[in-house]
Amino acid sequence: MVAGTAGETQEPASFMREHTKRKFLPYAYLSPTLLLLAVLTVVPIVTVFLYSLFDNVIVNPNPPVFVGLENYEEVLTHRKFRAAVSNTLYFALASVIVHFIIGLSFALLLNSRLLSANVKAFFRVIYILPWVFTASIIAILWRLLMNPHGVINFVLLEVGLIPELLEWLSDRKLAIHSVTFINIWSGYPFYLVSFLAGLQGIPDDLYEAGRVDGANAWQLFWHITLPQLRPIIISLALLDFIWTIHQFTLVWMTTGGGRNTEVLSTYTYKAAFSSYDYSEASATAMVILAICTLVAIFYVRSQRMADE
Amino acid sequence: MIGSRRQILIRKILVWIALILGACFAGLPVLWMVSSSFKSNLEIFAYPPALIDESFSFQAYEAVLSDPGQLRFFFNSYLVAILVTICTVITSILAGYSLSRYDFRFKKVLSLIIIGVQSVPPITLMIPYFGLIVWLGIYNSYAALVLTYMVFTLSYAIIMMTGYFNTLPRDLDEAVMIDGGGSFVTLWRILVPISLPGIVAVGVYTFMLAWNEFLFALTLTRTNDMRTVPIGIHLLMGQHSFEWNQMLALSVLGSLPVLILFLLFQRYFIAGMSAGSVKG
Repeated sequence: MVAGTAGETQEPASFMREHTKRKFLPYAYLSPTLLLLAVLTVVPIVTVFLYSLFDNVIVNPNPPVFVGLENYEEVLTHRKFRAAVSNTLYFALASVIVHFIIGLSFALLLNSRLLSANVKAFFRVIYILPWVFTASIIAILWRLLMNPHGVINFVLLEVGLIPELLEWLSDRKLAIHSVTFINIWSGYPFYLVSFLAGLQGIPDDLYEAGRVDGANAWQLFWHITLPQLRPIIISLALLDFIWTIHQFTLVWMTTGGGRNTEVLSTYTYKAAFSSYDYSEASATAMVILAICTLVAIFYVRSQRMADE
Repeated sequence: MIGSRRQILIRKILVWIALILGACFAGLPVLWMVSSSFKSNLEIFAYPPALIDESFSFQAYEAVLSDPGQLRFFFNSYLVAILVTICTVITSILAGYSLSRYDFRFKKVLSLIIIGVQSVPPITLMIPYFGLIVWLGIYNSYAALVLTYMVFTLSYAIIMMTGYFNTLPRDLDEAVMIDGGGSFVTLWRILVPISLPGIVAVGVYTFMLAWNEFLFALTLTRTNDMRTVPIGIHLLMGQHSFEWNQMLALSVLGSLPVLILFLLFQRYFIAGMSAGSVKG
């Protein structure tokens, strides 16, 4: 297959040339990608790892000092860092779970046989809408709505759900939930779209067979729809978990990581660009990388299982 | 189904109620942003709030569009996003062709690395990037943004392109090869033209990712004439004592390109979104 039929009819010398060319060609086509990834991914990761093992890196006038794992020890025992870890985990887990619930509900709704194709197409656009906006715009939008004098407080007060105006984004207890809610609003369309595609891929015969066996709607959902969507659910949840840990803009532009909403990315950014402590920032950056890599390994494994 | 006509009617009503509640959740915040951008700054938090009030005007839009500094944000965003899109599309076509059509020794490892890049946190790269970009002499330039954006656009683009090429039968290119065409000719004359839908999907998705980028634009540019729209919004938040209507007008204008692309190329968008999770 590799040498192809063209090679057989040629002279041995040119066959050899053709052969080495064939061996070399795939790398040539990949070379721009590999060059970019080497310079802008591999080298930086090695650099940041080295930074994390030294003190006095980058802006410090003193020469760097090798300190081994001391920076990690310092960071991991820091109270603020631990708070950032638990905030990040809450932020990511809550986002993933609620994204899944909203995404699947909306997908099932848009897949309903009781609606005409035009109605579905119209509502699909509206449901995907939050995804069109970039994080900094979403931050502005929700700062407008969640302002103490904003429309959310007005409506909730009028309905009687809250006794007084709430500081959604500046109250130390509320802010992390508000930021998580905003992330939920902005991220569910990704699930919706993937589930819509997934639902269309479930063969109708499965449901027919289920109905013949006397299953009700709930049983059909539990025994057919969910198991069929399983591979999509797993890969979505893992990818979303990684992306939510990456999330910086939304937190940075709503609370700036203050009000008890510090997550790992804002913590790292501040360590680097506010305190200029690049050693500490590098150590936390490596911790985030380690968490994401761990999840990514699960992701690749789940993809491989889906392929088999 | 066994259900009587009445049951179906009740079900239909329930579905519609859920449908409209969902639409409110998704759409009302956006509607409120748009309507607020037409209010005067004093009326934005007026009590009781109204969707449209007597202060309705295009004043905030005029302010944004007549400010050369803010127009520059748009110019920068378009330029960077278009350059990133062109570079990403070309690079991913070449890489996708290699991964789809050739078997070679390090194929598995290399494709694993390309997929794995998606999981590298931008914040981790940001620390060494600063020094690296200064060292390369491209700090505060378009090149810095284009190159760093490509790190996270390429991964998706290559996965999508490889997937698309994989759906095309190999007989196509082998026929051209036998006729004496080289592999590059095959790619350029045969695969690229019939892969246009896949290429559009990659392009649209890349443009959107580049248009929305925040962190690298924040840290790798210094002067306002190099800032992009998301950073412009960030700056507006700090400088003026909350010119809400202008910020919102800038946000609406800043969302239009992606919104229009989305409405025009919905199908491709969706293909792009699900490329990472659903295997085609």
